[in-house]
Amino acid sequence: MADRIQLNQKSYAKLSRRGLILGGLQTAFIAGLAFRMRKLQVEEASEYRLLADENRINIRLIAPARGEVYDRNGKIIARNEQSFRITVVKEDAGNIEQTLYSLSNLIKISQRDATRVIKETKRSAPFLPVTIRDQLSFEEIARIAANTPNLPGVSVEQGLSRVYPSFESYAHVVGYVGPVSDNDLKRGNKNNPLLKIPRFQVGKVGVEKHFEDTLRGSAGVMKVEVNALGRVMRNLDRTEGKPGNNIQLTVDTELQSYIQARLGSESASAVVMNCKNGEILGIASSPSYDPNKFVRGISYSDFNELRDNEFRPLASKTVQDAYPPGSTFKIVTALAALEAKIIGPKDSFSCNGKMEVSNRFFHCWKKGGHGEMDLAKSLSESCDVYFYELALKVGIDRINEMATKLGLGIKHDIPMSAITKGLVPSREWKLSNRNQEWLVGDTVNAAIGQGYVLSSPLQLAVMAARLASGRNVKPILTKSINGKNFYNSKSIENLDIEKSYLKIIRKALFEASNDRRGTAYGSRVIDDAYRMAGKTGTSQVRNITDAERENGVTKNEDLPWKRRDHGLFINFAPYNKPKIAVAVVVEHGGAGSKSAAPIARDITLQALFKGKPPLEVYPAKDRMAVLEQQNKLGKVLKELEMFRKNKV
Amino acid sequence: MTYLEYKIRAVPRGFRKLFYLNWPIILLLCAAGAIGIIMLTSIAGNSWYPWASAQLKRFFIGFALMISVAMVPIWFWKSMSVLAYITSLGLLVLVEFFGSTGMGAQRWLDLGFITLQPSEMAKITLIMVLAFYYDWLPDQHISKPQWIIAPLALIFLPFFLVLQQPDLGTALLIVLGGGVMMFLAGVHWGYFGAALSFGVGGIFTILYSRGKDWQLLNDYQYRRIDTFLDPSSDPLGAGYHITQSKIALGSGGWTGRGFGQGTQSRLNFLPEKHTDFIFTTLAEEFGFVGGISLLIIYSLIVAFAIIAAVRNKDRFSSLLIYGVTVTFFLYFAVNMAMVMGLAPVVGVPLPLVSYGGSSLLVLLVAFGLLQSAHVHKPRGVI
Repeated sequence: MADRIQLNQKSYAKLSRRGLILGGLQTAFIAGLAFRMRKLQVEEASEYRLLADENRINIRLIAPARGEVYDRNGKIIARNEQSFRITVVKEDAGNIEQTLYSLSNLIKISQRDATRVIKETKRSAPFLPVTIRDQLSFEEIARIAANTPNLPGVSVEQGLSRVYPSFESYAHVVGYVGPVSDNDLKRGNKNNPLLKIPRFQVGKVGVEKHFEDTLRGSAGVMKVEVNALGRVMRNLDRTEGKPGNNIQLTVDTELQSYIQARLGSESASAVVMNCKNGEILGIASSPSYDPNKFVRGISYSDFNELRDNEFRPLASKTVQDAYPPGSTFKIVTALAALEAKIIGPKDSFSCNGKMEVSNRFFHCWKKGGHGEMDLAKSLSESCDVYFYELALKVGIDRINEMATKLGLGIKHDIPMSAITKGLVPSREWKLSNRNQEWLVGDTVNAAIGQGYVLSSPLQLAVMAARLASGRNVKPILTKSINGKNFYNSKSIENLDIEKSYLKIIRKALFEASNDRRGTAYGSRVIDDAYRMAGKTGTSQVRNITDAERENGVTKNEDLPWKRRDHGLFINFAPYNKPKIAVAVVVEHGGAGSKSAAPIARDITLQALFKGKPPLEVYPAKDRMAVLEQQNKLGKVLKELEMFRKNKV
Repeated sequence: MTYLEYKIRAVPRGFRKLFYLNWPIILLLCAAGAIGIIMLTSIAGNSWYPWASAQLKRFFIGFALMISVAMVPIWFWKSMSVLAYITSLGLLVLVEFFGSTGMGAQRWLDLGFITLQPSEMAKITLIMVLAFYYDWLPDQHISKPQWIIAPLALIFLPFFLVLQQPDLGTALLIVLGGGVMMFLAGVHWGYFGAALSFGVGGIFTILYSRGKDWQLLNDYQYRRIDTFLDPSSDPLGAGYHITQSKIALGSGGWTGRGFGQGTQSRLNFLPEKHTDFIFTTLAEEFGFVGGISLLIIYSLIVAFAIIAAVRNKDRFSSLLIYGVTVTFFLYFAVNMAMVMGLAPVVGVPLPLVSYGGSSLLVLLVAFGLLQSAHVHKPRGVI
């Protein structure tokens, strides 16, 4: 028995020893846990606190109100409108299809919207709202509000959306905004978190695009606490953003609307500038489109219609298209010759209808010729042969130099999209672009604004303005930003052209508009205080063959539209004390004197009178037609103004 | 004097036994249980339901069971050891066929009035049967190879069955618990050295077999190893648990964010916040102070139990107390190491605190065995 106890004693000691070793190991492990706990909770606490906050705090951006755009008189061109959209939350709605069905009895919901909503609700978390429809009218909102009990999960949310109350008048100038595209993201400002706000809109063309950064403003921030699934538990903090800057343009809405209406359905464009400081008072291209459609998301059929229209409503013809300036370019050639002292105002040539230059006949537009021509006469009657002669003596280099001085071949800097540089050809240009030597014939063509020469209506208006004021005016479209003047009119220098030469040209243009034999005599003004000085231009888009010349040149009216001549007209007025410069281009409109000049006269008078001009300033024989047209346009404009008021 | 003789002379009888219970351990167990109830209330958004009330009910049942088990003489439980072991093996086999699946493993057995997790039971019954074996085995045989085979088999059977569920965490805990029992019984150091090198070799082989035709573990288990080694590699996937748990712990700081203020748990960033990861909520809301308090309570339980084991002259009792202590220790050590990012995520609850019936009941019954051994220990004679 004692033996057994003995053994037990021995094994008991061993067990205790091992037990204590085990206890030691356990103590060590517990100490390790304690140290680890200390490290996480004391030493690295602030770091983990930050991570916890990052987990729970979600920063949401609040879109700032976009800056508004005004005209020179403070009339609104682009503004933000409280817009309503309806959303549905799946977990509250239960059966989405049922909800959509009940909703479709109250407001219109397209099949496309319905399928999109069903798809989105399946994809996103059940507590996130999905937009059903945007831009609802007050009436629709009222109908939904009255039926809320039957529409679980449906709620109305407010937002801002862009509105262009002038509809088509400013489409090409101000442009429109639209949802952020991949392209917008690529353009450098990828990191701006605002662009990632769903439904955020950015400028797509025109002023909206050019001044995107100015108009956008900066985002507000809303801090919310979210759970692991992203559901918002409560709002923590809210800082409002800074709204975008307002922009005032130099344009005059009344004039702009008038121009748009006057151009009508013609494929044409017109620019009206203050010829002293370059402020653009009106710049319109027709046909135009309603930019509001783009804000809402234009339908495919509407867009295709715009895109496929032969008259290119989407093109901003005033700045984006360049046309052969035709006879309006003769001003350049004449001035170049005067500056080079190659001719005096009294020197004359004889025009017999055609001229041979290096084995090729260049024709005057007037079959049989003009007879004896001096500079003034050749401009007012627009004799081609006179300028062919001049061209040979002046040479392309001087013509090129003068054109640049007058603002042609320059990309003018105004906040519109796709502004063209036009083209004033030179020897170097032809060599590098066409890989050909400059020919004398090229100079002859260029002298009358044909061949390679291309100018945009804006450039032609700048030329008229410079000619009228003798100052180096540049086109200005932005008057002020947030009330701060955007440009300095005092900094405009005088043009580097001898004043007396300019005077000669001005006088010649006056005769073109007011002398019985002048090409624009038909579109004269008879009140001395408002007389215009202008130059017609008719630029060919086709070659007239010798055979055709033999049998009589086909009349424009008999040609397909696309092959008719462009009609151009530039002018300034009043002649005595120039205030405004105007350029009008009617695409494929035929002779400038018939297509462009009458439009230019109406626009000029409208601008000078700041409204409807009295009939007395028109020649007696035109008054009936003018009255009729004034009444017609008056109706259109009244209707437009009504829509405008509705929108504002 | 024989065991039988002192048994009858020195053991308290009837209600007097209550005075001989190891009261410090009982009070500490209650303290840990109370912390559990508080945390479950907080996690439910300061609400008694759904967890705290159920947990409290279970704690009372478990507590009653513990006292009842403690009242029954330890020699009765000793005689039941083998039967208990065989029963739990049988249940493990049953769970293989009739068990209900949860969390990708078959672990639970629905007995109608209670859902049982036989793997939890197996931990305790294995300790009982090993204590019984080494109490019976004469000392001189302990380190002899032929006497090593039997305990290894006893350990391997439940290990294998639990691994089949599959529940790697519990299976490893079973092996560890069994191994510690063999170590305490006095098996020669050499065996443990060999087992250790074998284990290291095994781990190496397991890692090496990855992607081969004879891959030893499931893909999910390898992924858990990956994310354990580098939780940031997959912060939204498998590493999510560890990352979020560390954030919760760390953001608690010294004194925590206050009762019910833990953003990580309240906003659902924490997974399993009321079960395996409950410690993170405690540490987030009560900070380092709260966390270390629970750790101290656990450590004191272990300390008091080891003292009780050392003072118990009966070999079976002593081994049993050590075994229960080690099982308890492994529970909280592995759980805490896991939430602190020191161990891979395995399904081990925090003892007495985590919501869950099986482990709480089994643990309290085990402490009942410990108390029984303590109450009925040989007194004053030897």
